[in-house]
Amino acid sequence: MLAAEAPKRHTIRREKPLSTGSEWTFELLDLYDREFARLADKFRLDTYPNQIEVISSEQMLDAYSSVGMPLMYNHWSYGKTFLNNQQNYQRGRMGLAYEIVINSNPCIAYLMEENTMPMQALVIAHACYGHNSFFKGNYLFRQWTDASAIIDYLLFAKHYIARCEEKHGVTVVEAILDACHALMNQGVNRYIRPAPVSAAQEQACSREREAYIQRNLNDLWRTIPVSEPPQLRQDERFPKDPEENLLYFIEKNAPLLETWQREIIRIVRKVAQYFYPQRQTQVMNEGWATFWHYHLMHEMYDEGLITEGFIMEFLHSHSSVVFQPAFDDPRYSGINPYTLGFNIFRDIRRICEQPTEEDREWFPDLAGSDWLDAVHFAMQNFKDEGFILQYLSPRVMRDMRLFSIEDNDINPYLEVDAIHDQQGYRQLRENLAALYNLGNREPNIQVYNVDVRGDRSLTLRHYLHQRRPLDRDSTHELLKHLHRLWGFDVKLDSVDQDNIIQYIFKTESNSKELVKVTSKKRVNR
Amino acid sequence: MSLIIDRRLNGKKKSTVNRQRFLKRYRHHVKAAVQEAIDQRSITDVDGGSDITIPRKDLSEPFFHHGQGGHHGHVHPGNHEFHRGDRIQRPPGGGGQGSGAGQASDRGEDMDEFIFQINRDEFLEYLFDDLELPNLLRKELKDSTDYQLKRAGFTTAGSPDRLNIVRSLRAAHARRIALSGKDRKVLRTLKRQLREMEVSADPVDQQQASLREEIKLLNKKLKRLPFIDDFDLRFNNMTKAPQPSSKAVMFCVMDVSGSMTQEIKDMAKRFFLLLYLFLERSYEAVDVVFIRHHSEARECDEHDFFHARETGGTIVSKALLLTHNIIQQRYPPGQWNIYIAQASDGDNWGEDSSTCTSIILDKLLPVCQYFAYVEITDQHHQNLWYEYATIAESYPDHFAMQHIHSYLDIYPTFRRLFEKKEGTHVGR
Repeated sequence: MLAAEAPKRHTIRREKPLSTGSEWTFELLDLYDREFARLADKFRLDTYPNQIEVISSEQMLDAYSSVGMPLMYNHWSYGKTFLNNQQNYQRGRMGLAYEIVINSNPCIAYLMEENTMPMQALVIAHACYGHNSFFKGNYLFRQWTDASAIIDYLLFAKHYIARCEEKHGVTVVEAILDACHALMNQGVNRYIRPAPVSAAQEQACSREREAYIQRNLNDLWRTIPVSEPPQLRQDERFPKDPEENLLYFIEKNAPLLETWQREIIRIVRKVAQYFYPQRQTQVMNEGWATFWHYHLMHEMYDEGLITEGFIMEFLHSHSSVVFQPAFDDPRYSGINPYTLGFNIFRDIRRICEQPTEEDREWFPDLAGSDWLDAVHFAMQNFKDEGFILQYLSPRVMRDMRLFSIEDNDINPYLEVDAIHDQQGYRQLRENLAALYNLGNREPNIQVYNVDVRGDRSLTLRHYLHQRRPLDRDSTHELLKHLHRLWGFDVKLDSVDQDNIIQYIFKTESNSKELVKVTSKKRVNR
Repeated sequence: MSLIIDRRLNGKKKSTVNRQRFLKRYRHHVKAAVQEAIDQRSITDVDGGSDITIPRKDLSEPFFHHGQGGHHGHVHPGNHEFHRGDRIQRPPGGGGQGSGAGQASDRGEDMDEFIFQINRDEFLEYLFDDLELPNLLRKELKDSTDYQLKRAGFTTAGSPDRLNIVRSLRAAHARRIALSGKDRKVLRTLKRQLREMEVSADPVDQQQASLREEIKLLNKKLKRLPFIDDFDLRFNNMTKAPQPSSKAVMFCVMDVSGSMTQEIKDMAKRFFLLLYLFLERSYEAVDVVFIRHHSEARECDEHDFFHARETGGTIVSKALLLTHNIIQQRYPPGQWNIYIAQASDGDNWGEDSSTCTSIILDKLLPVCQYFAYVEITDQHHQNLWYEYATIAESYPDHFAMQHIHSYLDIYPTFRRLFEKKEGTHVGR
């Protein structure tokens, strides 16, 4: 793969190397960081200020276990992750990630003390200049997260939850958190941009919110029938429009929750929202960071700042990062996002600098343009789905030998519907992009109705996409969690595109049995 | 400009709380795994941490996701054989995520189980969870010969090494204030008069001089008050508090006659080991005395106890007598908590069993905390068992017996012997 790299302009190696040994020191870290900063400036990488923290492997394991954040509230599931990581690490089954980087301002990056100097340099280039500039530049992060407030907010959350545990007991708080964590993916706003989080404001508002919510709730539930005829038809649904953010809906409308419980739901919701852009830009984010550590290190090498041995060690690490086993390899576990992203970004540069006939046909605007402009534009304005749809070139598909398989349960077989050839490129690209669309990947579940005048039961709707049903066992568990939060019966209907109910899951007050409806019936829209 | 910070000295046990919460949540799983581990372990490493295995499905955190069925697409890299339109047999088990291309997963097994380690202390905690030592409180304080010095306020007399400086100086200060109060009041008045006189229009020199003289005298008098006096000294007071004995001795009595095979001895050893670990958790120091017997009884070291082979008949009472003698000589019951564990295959010389009963009743039970008898045999009980059964009936709090058939019985038997009993553990 490295041999295929475009030939470099050969600059004269005139500088003395920054270091020769493999041991790192704080002075050397500083020296390398300065050089990277200078080069990053040259390539117009706009970053938040960096805060590089050197930690030990145990601390890395700790950081790993609490979703990579430097501080987090306590929960047993983080203990589970910790034990799992610790076991894998000690048995040598898993190398620790070289780095963790946090989308915050200043951007915090962790380096492990066990790493050699070339590794530390790689991590600085990858995290402090690659990821950091992505966090600052990509539109999703710019619009949806507030890097300067996250650490303060987490501190607020940690303290708040610790206080709740003291006051109400760990078990009760844990039950709420379990339920919220289970619904985390359904706790984000996909279309409405949320207000940025701020710890100070949160604290100030939290009391005001308490009073307000309680008042509104009372209004909503005041209409419980006391003297009215019991068969009164409910004309209007509540909520009027379906609500995609289940946690938000529960926080605002669940009748029985106490204020602190609502606040905890809110905390989980905010954290979920913070991670939402990261889930949508994994390929781009890793690809971008890998692309830049690769280029920055080569730039250093060309200037003679690093030695042959140094670059060899770097290349060794780099190639294991972008290693992509084939589908029939025992090590295969899906497409490596580092590889895919790196290949696409590198190919953008190639298309700009050395376009072929094919590239001129596929990317008329890109071919021959300034590569630096092109990669920056790509980084700033897309998420994974669009990025792949826009930039995945036939060349990359050929190099990775991608092929697409159609798995339709009405057929007894799987069919290869596109491979890396002339007829398949477009189809293949669309299929791959669709895999990165969270909207396809995750079930579309919305709050449909609440029986405000009746038994207060909550009805959710799952809109079937390509007839994919929900996983039965986990859905059953989730309804129990929902029931815990909502306090009354919860029902979930899976409807197809014609609004015909295909499956029904529901909790019963007494027996929490899962019911599947096989007879199909028409329901009103 | 980047900021580089060395965080290596910061706390590294950030996950401890989360880890404990996890262990607490899955307590019964961990306990079951520990029990399984103790059955399977070799004798020598009972005392150590352990791997705990929990089925992964029991700890899954649910989230909404698609199940099998419907219309899916997959994209994979590394094609070297497929063409457009190729049809592939659907792999058995459905075409779920990732298995679309039909690759075999040889890592499947290890995904089903969640494995982690607990350390020795945690292991023992789960092992002896819900168990208790019977009659732990029976050592009465009046028997006790152990004392510990405890602080008990302050006294006015004591040795210099117990001097409490802060208290002494405080007392001195108070004394000085108390004794000088009147004089200082006069002094203040005189000083005020003097100042007034100095600023008044027509100062009278003579009066001023006499005032000054008086002030001087008073000051001298005040200075004569001692800064610290014998009277002020305070000493830390210590009293002797009787300590309940925290020493225990465990007698391991085992039959080594020809009928005891190595296998039976191994089982006995496991039982003794568990008992030892358990005692070790409750007492600061645990002595172990090994007594082996056939037709003669002898005290020996651990190796001989478990490995030396001898033949001969079996007379249990001799071992019990030896136990009693050792207690008399070396382990006065006032200072030691005494536990006796006897393991045997149930064999005894016919007329000896009643002698055993009388020794236990008259000599051993009055001085020991607990007598546990395990019979390791898969045959019928002999007369020793029936003799002992009568003791167990009349002294259920201090005498217990259990029957072990195989390795798997050891731990459950142990638990039965020491499980918490409501209200019975407070001594007579």
